[in-house]
Amino acid sequence: MIQIEDLSKTFHTAAGEFTALSDVNLTVNDGEIFGIIGLSGAGKSTLVRCINYLEVPTNGRVVIDGDELGKLSKKELLIKRRSIGMIFQGFNLLEQRTVLKNVCFPLEIAKMPKSDAVKRARELLALVGLSDKENSYPSQLSGGQKQRVAIARALAAETKYLLCDEATSALDPDTTRSILELLKKVNRELGVTIIVITHEMKVIESICDRAAVIDGGRIAELAAVSELFASPKSDIARKLILPSVNTASEIKGGRVIRITFDGENSFKPTVANLILTCQAPLNILKADTEDIGGVACGYIILGLPDDTAVADRVIRYLEDNNISYSFGESEVEKNV
Amino acid sequence: MSELLIKLWESGTIQKGIWETVYMTFISAFFSYLIGLPLGILLNVTDKDGIHPMPWLYRILSIAVNIFRSIPFVILMVAMLPVAKLITGTSLGNRAMIVTLIIAAAPYVARMAESSFKEVGGGVIEAAKSMGASDMRIICRVLIPEAKPSLIVGSVISLVTILGYSAMAGTIGGGGLGMIAVSFGYQRFNDDIIWVCVLLTIVIVQIIQEVGMLIARKTDKRIR
Repeated sequence: MIQIEDLSKTFHTAAGEFTALSDVNLTVNDGEIFGIIGLSGAGKSTLVRCINYLEVPTNGRVVIDGDELGKLSKKELLIKRRSIGMIFQGFNLLEQRTVLKNVCFPLEIAKMPKSDAVKRARELLALVGLSDKENSYPSQLSGGQKQRVAIARALAAETKYLLCDEATSALDPDTTRSILELLKKVNRELGVTIIVITHEMKVIESICDRAAVIDGGRIAELAAVSELFASPKSDIARKLILPSVNTASEIKGGRVIRITFDGENSFKPTVANLILTCQAPLNILKADTEDIGGVACGYIILGLPDDTAVADRVIRYLEDNNISYSFGESEVEKNV
Repeated sequence: MSELLIKLWESGTIQKGIWETVYMTFISAFFSYLIGLPLGILLNVTDKDGIHPMPWLYRILSIAVNIFRSIPFVILMVAMLPVAKLITGTSLGNRAMIVTLIIAAAPYVARMAESSFKEVGGGVIEAAKSMGASDMRIICRVLIPEAKPSLIVGSVISLVTILGYSAMAGTIGGGGLGMIAVSFGYQRFNDDIIWVCVLLTIVIVQIIQEVGMLIARKTDKRIR
């Protein structure tokens, strides 16, 4: 279990002090895939680097399996890091080493005898599907293959946690999907707890169990992913989930309402019933449904009629039928 | 062709000059690397973006290196003769010159090495850190192997520079092609001797350059 308590990080730069993180509290449970999402500059990379103490926090504690990292000696910290693998956007492989030797590297650090290390490295290359590439050099591999090697390397030393720092951001959509599948497999088959840092909501929804939305160095929202998509509470979460709705050119005119579906009501013809019952000419502006954690979730953005009486009728219908909704007009107005 | 040139060739003076130039260059380069390479590592490691920042040490080393690098070699050479005498017991001949060459070349090598190490991406070092690698292991297993092709290219450049210095050393009592060009060519008005020395130097530089780059290409696993 990873516990982060009251974590703050301030950088001293030439331009003055810069607070990258303030009062971050979160717990990552063993066996889950935890997402941390935010726009660039939100502090998510700093946060993930605090988890393995590549960045030393200014304040607060990081506790991993009961060990407070700040209280470990330098040597103990190095040993602790062996149980926390990390992969990066830029892969960061050793360019002058073969694939096999790259995967052996953390085992050299752990002082494993060479023959055992090679055996273990081959097991991991089989897991990531690159057994035939063990004698290749990184420059001969594609981006997706490089990230697979990086994953094998990060997991080689009996890793319990895997930190993924924008691990798919440099990859095309197909490769991204296959890497995410691999991470899921690693989580399922090896029981590795995974922390995913990303700016893409797609990544969060395809593999994460829970996610924290980070904005301006603070956690704006932390919830199960299905809940986060069904009813985002913070502005930033709404913005990340519905990035395109914010453009004024896309949605013109009156009030906008956002109806969310959870697994239950997505099977009913909600909109059709709504229109028929209320006799309201509703305009469907945008709609999307996703399969999130086995539950069909989605949303529809509707433009309400200008006639307030009709609009009120729509709202009443939603209330009576316990359909969750929120007004999206504030977001739209902001950009007009 | 002057008689003197034929005489120099027949007496083996030119052949000896070639040999002296080559061995002065390589021996000096070897010892320059013995000092310069660790110094380059130290400069890289203690720099503010290095793996173990120590700003005060970096400043001291950096200033010291700059001081030696800013003195023109002809002056440094003469100034260092007492040091050479202290170490070798003489201020004349190739052994004394090798000492001054090392003093001049080591800081140069340090800067060359430092820039090679800088080429190793911060990401790879961060990855090694995340695996729990100690600073020493990062230096030996990441920094040096990853910088190797660049270090080899750097050593080719350093060798050619040291070869140039060694020719200057010929003017104050060192041997080699520099001495032959100055004493037999320039001072006795034999232009052909000067040109023969120039030609021979060009050939030596070409060989060093080609062989060095070939080794660098062979070692680098990034391009294939």
